[in-house]
Amino acid sequence: MSSDLVRASAVTYRFGALTAVDDVDVAIGPGEVVGLLGANGAGKTTLVRLLLGLLAPTAGSVVLFGEAPSKQGQRRIGYVPQSLGLYDDLTPAENLAFIRAVFGTAPPLGGAPALRSLGELAEVPVGRLPLGLQRRLGFAAALEHRPELLLLDEPTSGVSPLASARLWEMIRSATEDGAGALVTTHDMEEAEQCDRLVVMASGRTVASGSVRDIIGERRAVVVTAPDWARARDALEAAGLSSSLVGRELRVPAATVEAVRHALAEVPARLSEAPVTLEERFVELVSGPAGR
Amino acid sequence: MIAALEQVTVRFGALVALDGVSLRAEAGTVTCVVGGDGAGKSTLLRVLCGAVGPDEGAVQRPDRGAIGFLSSGSGVYSDLSVEENLAFSAAVYGLSPAETRRRAARLLEMTGLDAAAHRLGSELSGGMRQKLGVVRAMLHGPRLLVLDEPTAGVDPVSRADLWRLIAEAAAAGTAVVLSTTYVDEAERASAVLLLEGGRALVSGTPEGIVAAVPGTVTSSDARVAEDETRSWRRGHAWLTWHPGEVPDGAPDLAAYDLVAPDLAIAVVVASLRDELVAGGSGGGPQR
Repeated sequence: MSSDLVRASAVTYRFGALTAVDDVDVAIGPGEVVGLLGANGAGKTTLVRLLLGLLAPTAGSVVLFGEAPSKQGQRRIGYVPQSLGLYDDLTPAENLAFIRAVFGTAPPLGGAPALRSLGELAEVPVGRLPLGLQRRLGFAAALEHRPELLLLDEPTSGVSPLASARLWEMIRSATEDGAGALVTTHDMEEAEQCDRLVVMASGRTVASGSVRDIIGERRAVVVTAPDWARARDALEAAGLSSSLVGRELRVPAATVEAVRHALAEVPARLSEAPVTLEERFVELVSGPAGR
Repeated sequence: MIAALEQVTVRFGALVALDGVSLRAEAGTVTCVVGGDGAGKSTLLRVLCGAVGPDEGAVQRPDRGAIGFLSSGSGVYSDLSVEENLAFSAAVYGLSPAETRRRAARLLEMTGLDAAAHRLGSELSGGMRQKLGVVRAMLHGPRLLVLDEPTAGVDPVSRADLWRLIAEAAAAGTAVVLSTTYVDEAERASAVLLLEGGRALVSGTPEGIVAAVPGTVTSSDARVAEDETRSWRRGHAWLTWHPGEVPDGAPDLAAYDLVAPDLAIAVVVASLRDELVAGGSGGGPQR
């Protein structure tokens, strides 16, 4: 599709003998939020660098805003690293002024909304602000030049659920104005906010689509046992790994029959429930990819 | 009951880090303390294991030797190998070499760290370091295991391994108390305490917290103008909390889709309610 903001086609990147990104296709269009998931070392960071044009692919191609990645293209991107990229010793106003100078943008009429909402905290050095406010400011700084593509690395890590919802408001308002966004995250709650997910393991795409597509019809066995610890030991002894949720055990990759057999004499009630995104993720990346 | 805080207040100079917070940690259960940066989670955990004394209130806890503690940022020695890290912990707690070997072998195998037994702490990935930190904290079979953000920034595969360790400790009768910023982790706990600005906003079982959400939550395609401060995003939808306490301000609920609250919604509502009551506790500058 020609309307893609960025598209990587069959892109591969090798560091010496290591294939960090292996034949990956990914595209981000206007108005959509794509989540990029993967265990550490899965190749997410390398893929982002390829999309930005900071690395040239060993094979395959990247098209950014309809052409080969370039400095001009990079200026149309808003990037919020996990570390936020703000100057801790400068006030929010000074940080924004500095970024405007770099991008050559003018301050918005009536002042930046991010500063107005800070009130008197606008005069406090950024390093002394609560993390939730720092993150909002990091977003505001990245959005100042009205970028068409946002790259967000763990955008809500460390903040309270309400602060996280407020940050998502900023992301959605940018995408509703036509920007596209790529969010890399380890947070499944955050992943579920995205329109579409790409799951990587060992440099390859192992799944993509909506949360519903990725989970599919897979189900976990739920074990309700008066003595959950005993039930857990019986499952472990049979090589079935379970996770504790409240006082219930979930066994994602097993059938009811296998669980019943493993529990043998241990009293328990068994039922089934759809797997969670996290359970599906662990199954996907623990396959041949291993840890 | 293994440990408890009763109306505990902690002040650091002018800052009230904890404000009348209570918590009970029962044997064989997992308690999650949820909150953002600066909520008071670390202070609470430090009070629980005796590293910080309360200015007001009472604390009950087991003897020091029966507590395991992982501070945030993993308690692992970078210059020691995985095995040496564990041998050192075992020596501190006076465990016999045979017992240490048996316990360590099981815990390392459960977490995939057995393959890295000879690697230095500094050579481990973030996830492996966290796993080793938790193994160290529970090696002596403590009655109370206190973990400060054990899963922060860790990928989901390591996170699953960490939760396997947590379940292992709880299965042995340990009371586990951990802090997290992830609400989906709190859903797995037997008890949850939501902290903000040093205050406990809600506490109880996840089911109990969800059942006690006051008012009504609705979902709509566009933001509900009159309820701006009580709306937030989930995916494309706008969720809005209607406290239902002001009769003339009550919206025509028939116009919206009602949403059954889950823990994530319950936690956001608790924070919104707190903002409403406190007139906005956006948080002042940190000291």
